[in-house]
Order: sequence, then C-alpha cells, then structure tokens
Amino acid sequence: MKLRDLLFPLMAVVCAFAVGAVVVLIIGDSPLQVFSLLLGSALSWPDGIGYTLFFATPLIFTGLAVAVALHGGLLNIGAEGQLYVAAFATAWVGITFAGLPSLLLVPLCCLAAVLAGAAWAAIPGVLKARFGSHEVINTIMLNFIAVALVGYLTQYHYRIPGDPIMESAPIGDTAQIARLGSVIPGLPERIPLNVAFLLALLAAWCVYVLLWKTTWGYEIRATGQNPAAAEYGGISIRRQMVLTMAISGGLAGMVGINEVLGYRYRYYDGFSDNYGFTGIAVALLGRNHPAGVVLAALLFAVLQRGGVPVDAFTQLVSKDIVQILQALVILFVAAEAMFQWKWAGGRRQGTASGSAGAVPSAQAGTATVGKI
Amino acid sequence: MRDIFTISLVFSTIRLATPLVWAAIGGLYSERSGVINIALEGLMLAGAFTAAAVTFYAHSPWVGLGAAGLAGALVASVLAIVCIRFKANEVVAGTGINILFLGLPGVLSGALFLSSGSTPQVPQEQLLPTLAQLVPVAPQWRIFTNVSAISMLALFIVGCTWYVLYRTPFGLRLRSVGENPEAADAAGIRVERIRYAGVVLSGVLAGIGGAYLSIGQSSLFTRNMTAGRGFIALAALIFGKWRPVQTMLACLLFGFADAVTIQMQGVVKMPSGDDVPVQFIQMIPYLVTIVVLAGFIGQSRAPGALGVPYDKEA
Repeated sequence: MKLRDLLFPLMAVVCAFAVGAVVVLIIGDSPLQVFSLLLGSALSWPDGIGYTLFFATPLIFTGLAVAVALHGGLLNIGAEGQLYVAAFATAWVGITFAGLPSLLLVPLCCLAAVLAGAAWAAIPGVLKARFGSHEVINTIMLNFIAVALVGYLTQYHYRIPGDPIMESAPIGDTAQIARLGSVIPGLPERIPLNVAFLLALLAAWCVYVLLWKTTWGYEIRATGQNPAAAEYGGISIRRQMVLTMAISGGLAGMVGINEVLGYRYRYYDGFSDNYGFTGIAVALLGRNHPAGVVLAALLFAVLQRGGVPVDAFTQLVSKDIVQILQALVILFVAAEAMFQWKWAGGRRQGTASGSAGAVPSAQAGTATVGKI
Repeated sequence: MRDIFTISLVFSTIRLATPLVWAAIGGLYSERSGVINIALEGLMLAGAFTAAAVTFYAHSPWVGLGAAGLAGALVASVLAIVCIRFKANEVVAGTGINILFLGLPGVLSGALFLSSGSTPQVPQEQLLPTLAQLVPVAPQWRIFTNVSAISMLALFIVGCTWYVLYRTPFGLRLRSVGENPEAADAAGIRVERIRYAGVVLSGVLAGIGGAYLSIGQSSLFTRNMTAGRGFIALAALIFGKWRPVQTMLACLLFGFADAVTIQMQGVVKMPSGDDVPVQFIQMIPYLVTIVVLAGFIGQSRAPGALGVPYDKEA
C-alpha cells in the first residue's frame, strides 16, 4: 500500500469536514462543538463503541459489495435493493422454517440472505452480458422495484393482521443469532451489536483472499482493468459480469443477517438508512481495499452514531449534518484528481487516470459507463 | 372501471407529469452534452426547498421559482466542476449530490425555521397560479384552464428544446460534443464549455421542476419530497431515447400510471375483494425502462460519449 492510498482519502475527509465546518458556521453554531459531539460520543464505553460497531456492520457489507464490483469494472449502485430483497428472504426463511433447530436454521437463513442478494444483483449482470444494457441504470431501477416488491409482500402476505407497522411476523426463536453483549463483559445486551459484525470482518478477509489470492479474483480484476486484454487472455467477459455482480449482491445481501437475525428478529419495511448508497462512499474512501473498507465503514458509523447527540445538544444544527458530511466525502473522493494535481505540482493531468494504482475503481467505472 | 377514466384523470396525469418533464428535459441537456446526470433527484430537491423557503420570505411564487432555478444552476455547477474539471466518475458524483440534498434541506430548515426537514406552509394565494388565475375565462370553460401555468410552460420548454437542439448552432454543438468530442474539438468547439452549459441548464430546469412540487402541487417543502421522481425522469429520458418530444411523452405515460394508481385506490377491487396493490403500478416505469434498455422495444441508443470525460491531451 502506497502513501497516497492513505493520503488522498485522508485529504478528502479533511476537506469534507472543512466544508462541513463552514456550513455549521453559516448556520450559526460552533463547528468545534458539533464535531466534538459527532466524534466524541462514538468513543464512549459501552454505548458509543457498541452502537458504532453495530452501525459499521451493514456499511462493511455494502462497502465490500461495491468494492468487488468496481474491481470487476462494474458500478453496483443497486446494493440498496439487493439488501432489501435479501433481508426479506432471510425473514421469510426464519418464519417459514421456524421449527428447525438453531444449528440448521441460522445457516439456512444466512444462505437465503446471500443467495437472494446474489440473485437480485445477477439480473443487471445478465442484462449487461446478454443485451449490453448498462448496470448503473438497471441497478437504480431494480432498487425501486425491490422496495415495491418487498413492500407488497410485507403488506399483503407477511404482516400480522392489524399491525399498524409495516413489518413481518417475527422469525423463529431458533433463527436469532447472539448479541455480543452476551459474551463481552460490560457490554449490555440491549445494544444490538451481534455476531454479524464478526461475520463482516470475516467477509472482508474473504474478499481480500478472493481478489488477490485466487484465480477467480484474478479474473475479476483482469476484466476490470482491461476487458479487451482479459478476453484475449481467454476470460469470458460475459460470465465475469454475471459472477462479479452475484458476488457483489451476495455481500450486500448479508446486511439482512445483521438486520433480521441479529437486530429486529423480523423484516421491518424501510429499515435501510441508505446503506447501499453509503456503501459507494465507503468503497471509494477505502480505495476498494477490504481493509480500507472496514476503516471507512467505521468512520461513517462514527458519524452516524454522533448524529444523535448533535441533534440533542446543539441549538441549530440537526443530525442531517451527517448526511452532508457523507455526501461531501463522496464528492471529494470522486474529485480526487484535484489533490493529485496539487500533489504533482501541476504535472500533466493525464496521471490522474493512471494513478489509481492497485485500484481500477472509479476510473474503470467511467470507462465503461459510455454504453448506457 | 368507468368512473376512473374521466376528465379529471387527464388533469391528474398532466399534474403528475409536469415535474418529470422539467427534470427530464433538464437531464437531456446534460446527457446530450455527454455528462451523465444521476443527480436530477438532488437538483429537484434543491429547487423544491429553495422555492418553498424563498417564497415564504419573499411572498411571491415567481421569486421563489427564479431562486429555485438559480439554486439548481448552482448545485449543477458543483457537479459540473467535479465531473468536467476534475474528471470524477459522473455516477458517483451524482450520487454524492443526491445524498447531499437528503441532508442539506434538513439542516437549513432546522436553522431557518427551527423544524427538522420541512418549511412552513406558504399561503394558498402565494402558490404558483393555474392558468385560470392568469387568464379570465367563462366559468363553464374553467375546467380546461385548471392546469398550472408551469405545466403549460413545460410544454413550451419542450418545444424550445426541440428547436434549440435541432435548429440552432448551440444545439448542434451540444449534440456533437456528446457524440464525438474529439471531432467537435477538432472543429474548434470548446468541449468543456459546452458541457458546462449543458449541466448547468439541467440544474435550472430540474430546479424548476422541484419548485413545482413544493409551491405548485403542495404548499411546503417536506423531507425527500421528490420520492424518486428524479430517477423516474431519468427513466423517461432513456425511454424517450434522449429526444425532447419522446421524452415528454414518456413523462406523460409515467404520470398517467401514477394518476391511475391514485384514482384506483379504494375504487377498483381485485376479484378477492382486496385493493389492487399499488406497488405493482409503482413498478411500471422502472420495469419499462429495463425492458427498453435491453432493446425489446426498439433501440434506445445513448449519446456516443456519454459518461466519458474528455481529455484533450489523451
């Protein structure tokens, strides 16, 4: 990992906070107070750290999902839809097979989460491979279709009659996974941090191994770096598109494990706080490396946790400042060439596209976006 | 079934299609110049919030409308600088803008109106007028002038866009920059400048579309009030093959689907006696887009250089 792999994301974060500070100043609050609330509350034990890690869990999954797709030259902005379908499928298995013993039911539910996410993501993969229609538009459209579909299923088929909330019946007791509070002393069990967090770390490690230590991963990256060369080398680009999207969707789908098996124990309509879209920021900020994704997810989780006290203890600034900061991070990371230009002392702009180094990332995405 | 297909359905369709037309035609200027505009949703939200807030202070919907267009232009120029100057991935930058406007209106309305996410109500007489309020007509004809002035203006803008795109030098440059920037550059056209113009124009129009939502259809701004309309506009743009008149027709089709959904609620029952699930009708625009993109209903071909940053030295 080169110095700039750390430096540029750091600069993007600093710039985002600087602009955020200006916004706070204009509104008429103290940026120092807001930022100390934002960052400080996440570090308290046990609530701060517990909730931060809990919030980080879905972001690690979606960040990894976007990162894997970007390595394969695909931009998956459909993680939001994939995780909704997957969460519903998880709950469905948990409800339908409620009688099974835990040892059987939990893996079955997890499998449902991964498969449903993978299947939903494979649709744009197939559409691109078969018809050449671009995955960006198709994943956006499938997000809306997914939300409508699971909304329909919840409302008409899986809601307890009379329940005013759009949520499914509870899953079987044996489908629940342990909260970390039951193992770690001092961490109360009311904090929803659960085994899925460990699963997320495991997934990050698996993605690392997959991408850099296996033939599959090599083929994914080769396709992302240079599809023409990859095809010449005997890799089937079309197969690669579907496979990459499926892996990506499977990762996004694992959000359902955290949400359904570890937190609410049912499907709750509209549960996702833009996890799929924040995953794009997480992947970019983490420079598409699993370790970077985990770090970036933690940063975004800190912000999300910090939003609550900002709402409570400042006069004018609301917790929406968190979304502004996230958006600014995305914009600054996307406009990375800005820093490179300064870094290189005004050297030729062309270096911008080549310098992504280990990561085809955004640039690879751009190159293929042409054929919408 | 017959009570649904009434004259009110026609007006309902026009009402619901209006913000889509503004945003989609906005998107057309950006995408024909070669810059993907996923940020239509955010631009609409920017316009909707600005219109409601400014109208509340200025007591005039026209000032609010102008401010919405300006706000759209301002936000779009941020997008343009990030995408054109710094060659950022256009989809990622657009997503950033969209997320920004999930948060920014909340923070601003919190600071200005001490509410989280919505602006105060604008009085009825300060909303964007209908045609009937501008043109005096006999009462029996009132039903035909009961459409918003902004809807009529949208029709005019579609005509203008057609003329600009196919009959003016600027339109020719816009299209050539979107199709083949190298050739355009060789012909002496300033590629980046035209693209800036395209993106900023898209901001103005999408901003006005948003303003119609907050001070036309409704009387205040509420959090995330566009509810995906920016993406439906994008879908209409693709369905309309990046052409102004077809895009407007696509918007009308999607508006019609929406209108039918609303009218059917509680009226039409399934054989089982339940309401028809609205979710299936809500899916229509998105499904249609996927089918069209896959080439099942004619070919929808994007501008040749859509999404490709132009690098003069490359």
